[in-house]
Amino acid sequence: MDFLFITQQSLSAAIGVNTIIFALAAIGLNMHFGYTGLLNFGQAGFLAVGAYSVAVAVVSFNISLWIALLIGIGNSIILALLLGIPTLRLRADYLAIVTIAAGEIIRQIARSATFNDTLGGSDGITGKFGKEFFDLNPFSEGLNLPFLRYTPNDLWVVVVGWSVVALILALMWLLVNSPWGRLLKAIREDEDAVRSLGKNVYLYKIQSLIAGGVIGSIGGFVYALSRQSVQPDNYGTALTFFAYTVLILGGAARVMAPVAGAVIFWFLLVFVEQFLRQAVSAGYIPDWLIGVNQVGQIRFMLVGLGLMLLMIFRPQGIFGDRKELALDARA
Amino acid sequence: MPAHSSRFKEQALAAFAAITPTPGVAKPDPIIVADKVTRRFGGLTAVNVDHVEIQRGSITALIGPNGAGKTTFFNLLTGFDSVNEGTWTLNGEQIAGTPPHKVARKGMVRTFQLTKALYRLSVLDNMRLAATGQRGESFIRGLFPFIWRKQESAITAQAEELLTRFKLIDKKSDFAAALSGGQRKLLEMARALMVKPEIVMLDEPMAGVNPALKQSLLGHIKDLRDEGMTVLFVEHDMDMVRDISDWVIVMAEGKIVAEGSPESVMGNQAVIDAYLGAHHDVSLDEGRS
Repeated sequence: MDFLFITQQSLSAAIGVNTIIFALAAIGLNMHFGYTGLLNFGQAGFLAVGAYSVAVAVVSFNISLWIALLIGIGNSIILALLLGIPTLRLRADYLAIVTIAAGEIIRQIARSATFNDTLGGSDGITGKFGKEFFDLNPFSEGLNLPFLRYTPNDLWVVVVGWSVVALILALMWLLVNSPWGRLLKAIREDEDAVRSLGKNVYLYKIQSLIAGGVIGSIGGFVYALSRQSVQPDNYGTALTFFAYTVLILGGAARVMAPVAGAVIFWFLLVFVEQFLRQAVSAGYIPDWLIGVNQVGQIRFMLVGLGLMLLMIFRPQGIFGDRKELALDARA
Repeated sequence: MPAHSSRFKEQALAAFAAITPTPGVAKPDPIIVADKVTRRFGGLTAVNVDHVEIQRGSITALIGPNGAGKTTFFNLLTGFDSVNEGTWTLNGEQIAGTPPHKVARKGMVRTFQLTKALYRLSVLDNMRLAATGQRGESFIRGLFPFIWRKQESAITAQAEELLTRFKLIDKKSDFAAALSGGQRKLLEMARALMVKPEIVMLDEPMAGVNPALKQSLLGHIKDLRDEGMTVLFVEHDMDMVRDISDWVIVMAEGKIVAEGSPESVMGNQAVIDAYLGAHHDVSLDEGRS
């Protein structure tokens, strides 16, 4: 078994492109769920809107990538308003129902034959729509260390991606430690109490939905650009639930939690897969127990088991405060 | 009772001296005037108040048996529920149909029957949240601490002063969930004061509070009046009603059936009927217990 290879693959994934995408999706959810208590089950929809805005604007409408990014942010704001205006006056569960449906509607529209010409149907859009971004790539060679390995393009995405994550985390930290953030946390605890103190709860919930949605759509930009393609089925409900997994793993309502959660999630996922693959091909695991083709599914079972154990023994996540969680359970 | 407090009580009582204690009677200086306020839940008419006025600068109790519509009436006045019909004014301004946060900004702040402390916020943050006109509450300005930091420290000072007065200062860094039931009531009242209200609406301030804390809560409520605020409260604890209220309004089956001083109301036949049923022939003393 090649342990160096397993480590290299796992570490490259742990701070790689997918980690950035899931970290961004989860940072957005942290704003919604962790700080404001909004149950957004359609975060995949925000990523889809970000990714498709870029791909469609550049490939189908020949718009510059930089303007396409602005369009993507604008579209995610529109989506947040569409979801929020009718539902945020209602009880919290309505937002959950509407967002999970909206996420699926977006995916179904993207893969529908009707819009094949612009949205690419079920095959999605593949093309060099990230050209303007990769033209700026200063890395002519990739990274090839014993423990870390990236192609030049991936390395560029990783460097820019983590810079964006760092910037967003800094803004997030400022926000949640401001009176604005205190209001969001208060809304999470009890909306009516906040209303009774003269605060316009509805307005702040909309602001939170927009802010978290825009962060999610930036995750969509990374998703689209890193692969130079968008596929509708990448933006299914599984993406949302993995983003929630990442958030809860890290510990909700902690600024750094989504990053830690995403790093651990992707490290485990790739490590277990590579380990099993090597163990099966080396004959340590007999063929009748696990075949090579089954490794992909079994890794999810094992990672799922690991997450269950984490929730049992550390329900507050990595960064969370157990005392705070216990208070919540009592209240 | 300290001398200054009884002076304020006398002042408040003087305003009621010339009034005939009948339901819906006009007050010399009303802060709230409500007319024909009706709220129906399906076939049930929960509130059907023809006319009521609340005297400024007094402590008015709203009592009545369970299901009389007291809390619903509270919810309507503060914008937490919407009426089927009716209008009411605060300081002469129509506020029927105004959303709750705007009602609060106009100076009418309420507390809740089931205390709404913000559990996973510190006691101090519970207080600071309530301050009005905070610059840092805007998304953009929130990003720049230098814009709101000075205001924040003024708010913190104000909050700490109130916490000291309500004897919660030692708990300021604790989560609100770590407070006892009575302390949460105190916190809720102190928090309402951060809004600098003109009228405080307390929904069962004594429910679930132990006797020792009850005395201090009573003192705080009297202090509100002595500082010039108007207090309207819903309560089942008759000892408390007798002790602190200047005026009592009795509701039954959604209507106001009696008004008057605490002593006169407790002997009123309509009130006894409301609590015990119209043909229940018992003396007042037995009725009280």
